[in-house]
Amino acid sequence: MAQSVLHTAASRGVADHGWLKSYQTFSFSGYFNPERMRFGALRVLNDDIVAGSKGFGDHPHDNMEIISIPLSGELKHQDSMGNAAVIREGEIQVMSAGTGIYHTEYNNLPQEPACFLQIWLFPNQRNVTPRYHQLSYKELAVPNQWQQLLSPNPNDEGVWIYQDAWFNKGVFDAGTTTSYTLKKPGNGVYVFVIDGEVEVNNQPLHARDGLGIWDTDAITVNISSKADILLMEVPMTL
Amino acid sequence: MKKTEILIIGTHPDIVKTIVRLINNREDWNGTGVLSAAEAINAFEATPFTVVLFGGGITEQEEQELTTHFTARHASVICIRHYGGGSGLLYGEIQQALLSN
Repeated sequence: MAQSVLHTAASRGVADHGWLKSYQTFSFSGYFNPERMRFGALRVLNDDIVAGSKGFGDHPHDNMEIISIPLSGELKHQDSMGNAAVIREGEIQVMSAGTGIYHTEYNNLPQEPACFLQIWLFPNQRNVTPRYHQLSYKELAVPNQWQQLLSPNPNDEGVWIYQDAWFNKGVFDAGTTTSYTLKKPGNGVYVFVIDGEVEVNNQPLHARDGLGIWDTDAITVNISSKADILLMEVPMTL
Repeated sequence: MKKTEILIIGTHPDIVKTIVRLINNREDWNGTGVLSAAEAINAFEATPFTVVLFGGGITEQEEQELTTHFTARHASVICIRHYGGGSGLLYGEIQQALLSN
């Protein structure tokens, strides 16, 4: 029988540094809640708002799959591998930190805030050679359908990472019913409602709520009001 | 105040330095960073660490051998993997480890 864990938007940790407001589903930096350490391989789900021209100075990462999904505004990324790029809504960026990487991340616009999801997954291999990739998914988006943004396979749709994880995103109209079948036995799926109202397996969810579901092969999603949804299928064991 | 002694082992010098600095930002923690298994064994002889963090570049075999070595000398030492290379997960990893002690 399917099991689930609900993380409402209001129950998330909040860090307000003036230039950065971060809503944290799982323990991160100064926010520590022993009951909010991870959902399987999903370790970080931060909903960040960065003020104009502000950002994260040069800082390191290692052994983590780091995914950024801008929701509005622009983020400028530069790293120690020589990559320099701007990512916008409709694009996804992935960094396999592996043996170690330094990077900066700034709001590329002076006035407008940059809103983005920062997602960290435990890798299935430690100490890999660091890598960076970004791509645009906007052109291929079809209303009322899931679109795969990420997978473990370099030849599959979307970006790829060192983990048996699949991300799908979709914008659905009110009244739509959709489903998602998990790709790998033993995986769970974490539903994050970016915007709108939905019911997942009859559990009502509002904007920025999260619901983790495991011990199941598929989920059913009923769209109550137009909704933008991110599904993160991840292994439940490390 | 007695500080919690924490050892971080990793092969990336700048990241190890950063982790030590972040640990030492907490007044009740004291961090020591080393860059190899051999240095870790020497450091452990000198200091009874409460928590050992295995950072980037340390192989699974080294982790196992060091964990065996450390627990044989200090049974209550907590050996865990550190992920992320920065402040994001560090404090949670250490606090979780100390809670489980």
